Amino acid sequence: MRTMKGIAFAIAEAIDQEMAERQDIVVLGEDVTYWGAVFGFTMGLHQKYGRDRVVDTPITEQTFFGMAVGAAAVGMHPVVSLMFVDFLGAGFDQMYNHMAKNHYMSGGQFAMPVTVVTAIGGGYGDAEQHSQVLYGLFAHVPGFKVVVPSTAYDAKGLTISALRDQNPVVIFGHKLLTGLPFLPFEGEEEEVPEERYTVEFGKAALRREGGDLTMVSAGLMVHRCLRAAERLARDGIAAEVIDVRTLVPLDADTLVASARKTGRVLIVDEDYRSYGMTGELAFRIQEGAFDALKTPVRRLAVPDVPIPFSEPLERAVIPSVDGIYEEARALVGAPPRAV
Amino acid sequence: MWKPEPSRADLQYLVEKAGLMRDALLSAYRQMCLIRHFEETIADRYYIGKTPEFNMAAGPVRGEMHLAVGQEAVAVGVCSLLEDQDVVVSTHRPHHHALAKGVDASKLAAEIFGKRTGLCRGKGGHMHLFDKQKNFSCSGIVGASFPQAAGAAFAFRQRGQRNVAVAFAGEGAANHGTFTETLNAAVLWQLPLVVVVEDNMYADSTPKWAALSQPHQFQRALGYNVPSYLVDGMDVIDVYRAARAAIQWARDGQGPALIEAVCYRYRGHFEGDAEEYRTKEEVELWRALDPIPRLGSRLKKLGWADDATLDSLRSEAQRAVEQAVAFAEQSPLPDPAEALAGVFR
Repeated sequence: MRTMKGIAFAIAEAIDQEMAERQDIVVLGEDVTYWGAVFGFTMGLHQKYGRDRVVDTPITEQTFFGMAVGAAAVGMHPVVSLMFVDFLGAGFDQMYNHMAKNHYMSGGQFAMPVTVVTAIGGGYGDAEQHSQVLYGLFAHVPGFKVVVPSTAYDAKGLTISALRDQNPVVIFGHKLLTGLPFLPFEGEEEEVPEERYTVEFGKAALRREGGDLTMVSAGLMVHRCLRAAERLARDGIAAEVIDVRTLVPLDADTLVASARKTGRVLIVDEDYRSYGMTGELAFRIQEGAFDALKTPVRRLAVPDVPIPFSEPLERAVIPSVDGIYEEARALVGAPPRAV
Repeated sequence: MWKPEPSRADLQYLVEKAGLMRDALLSAYRQMCLIRHFEETIADRYYIGKTPEFNMAAGPVRGEMHLAVGQEAVAVGVCSLLEDQDVVVSTHRPHHHALAKGVDASKLAAEIFGKRTGLCRGKGGHMHLFDKQKNFSCSGIVGASFPQAAGAAFAFRQRGQRNVAVAFAGEGAANHGTFTETLNAAVLWQLPLVVVVEDNMYADSTPKWAALSQPHQFQRALGYNVPSYLVDGMDVIDVYRAARAAIQWARDGQGPALIEAVCYRYRGHFEGDAEEYRTKEEVELWRALDPIPRLGSRLKKLGWADDATLDSLRSEAQRAVEQAVAFAEQSPLPDPAEALAGVFR
């Protein structure tokens, strides 16, 4: 055990430890050598494994995602960096029409073991084309496993699980959780084992127990929910905080059990509000806990606008600790639904 | 691509052949000084709140910042030949193109500061600048400029309008599929498109040798039958000569043209870049080719300016930048409610 700050080092260490044991892993992407994929997810690897296994690609997303499909089909396990998730458009065809479907379309002949690592999120003034999370788009397409770590411990264990998975897994690392010095850090320093371990997909984590309401979120928003929960506790409101950890596969059982316990649910998401994670989770919760809900499920997410540049505008659209706190208080104070 | 320095007589011949008069060259000098000072002033303000600890979210200018110090000659050499109705589509490193296209420096600065008075009311910021009046736009996504400029060129051709569209991009972007896809379509449909590849040697941190199968874009373009020019991007006269021919060709309805301008950025890919991928010696080597003093010494060689003239052009540019940045700093931030407006018209 040692203390680790942030998910970037945890992800890089996971890749490193698997690469040391396995020849099938190669790393592809823009600026994956000197810059460690900019947000640190591949830092230190090229010094250790050389430029033949850690490859700076030209700026050609369609090509290097297509190459990942081709390499995976013949037995490699490519780790591909999509520098910002916002750049997915430049290579998405190879991802959603091929990487996500080839196993199914081939009647199970071709496994597609690819680990994609991408940086998500706003809150530091990078505007519309560099601040999105977009995991809802990937979760919507059948065939991707969608991993959104909120802690360094999870980041390492989930990445090792991804590297041992026979399917395409996309790891969404939030920039404000990387622990890199040039960005704000909203996570916590944690104890992380030096040895290899896995964290299973499809198991939500209970981050805080409480009986008055359930807050469900992923990534950075887990930390904001926890901070809001501390303030709610000072008001005598006990909030339960659940971190879904993986959107696909989704641990609906844990969400439903908590919803049944508290009867009030607030879903917090940094993705766009409509047709995304909040809607899907609300559906799953009502499906399993309808009779136990005291009031309709609420959600807080980016209100269906792009992420604007100017600070007051950006603050107005990304869910904040204040905003979560207010919404949670309103939820607890809301009258029971009509029967 | 460095070319031998011309003698006084040869220089005289070159500028005459290029149709460059004294006023045009003095104006180019002033524009390049304006850009240089603008970029350096933005850098200065950018680090407010970011020292000693560099935090991208802190200070009056947040987020990433890509500056074009060193690349002024490319923007000015090309854009000084354009009309307001001609379209420019730029990149994540857009300030020099914007200023050269005539975008108001105050509104540009205000946008970079996220102010209500900015070009885009603070919504876009430094990588997402739009000016309808000047027909200028840009994108933070690499490779996006080629097809968008081709689209404008397509519209000009359809409407029989004698305008051109210019796509600026880096050599890194020329690896993107949109580059060759656009060249193919532009030749096929004879679009009035001028592609300007600013080869500054590095795609982010990735040097050319690691990302390009061959070092020159003009060779790729020739494969699509696009007339192409390889120029010294640190020499505004060389850029201007090629741009004049390329723009004329496109404006006359002959189809697209490409200019490959070899240049260098003196600052990092973004502010805060530790620049592990290159040496200080290399940067210093390129200082000898700084396009601004080079033009200054040529103006003197031609007898078109003395030190006093150059000094006064530089101070004029500095004053304009200081006014623009003061305007930006004094302008109000937008109302948070503005965030929810404008998704649809």
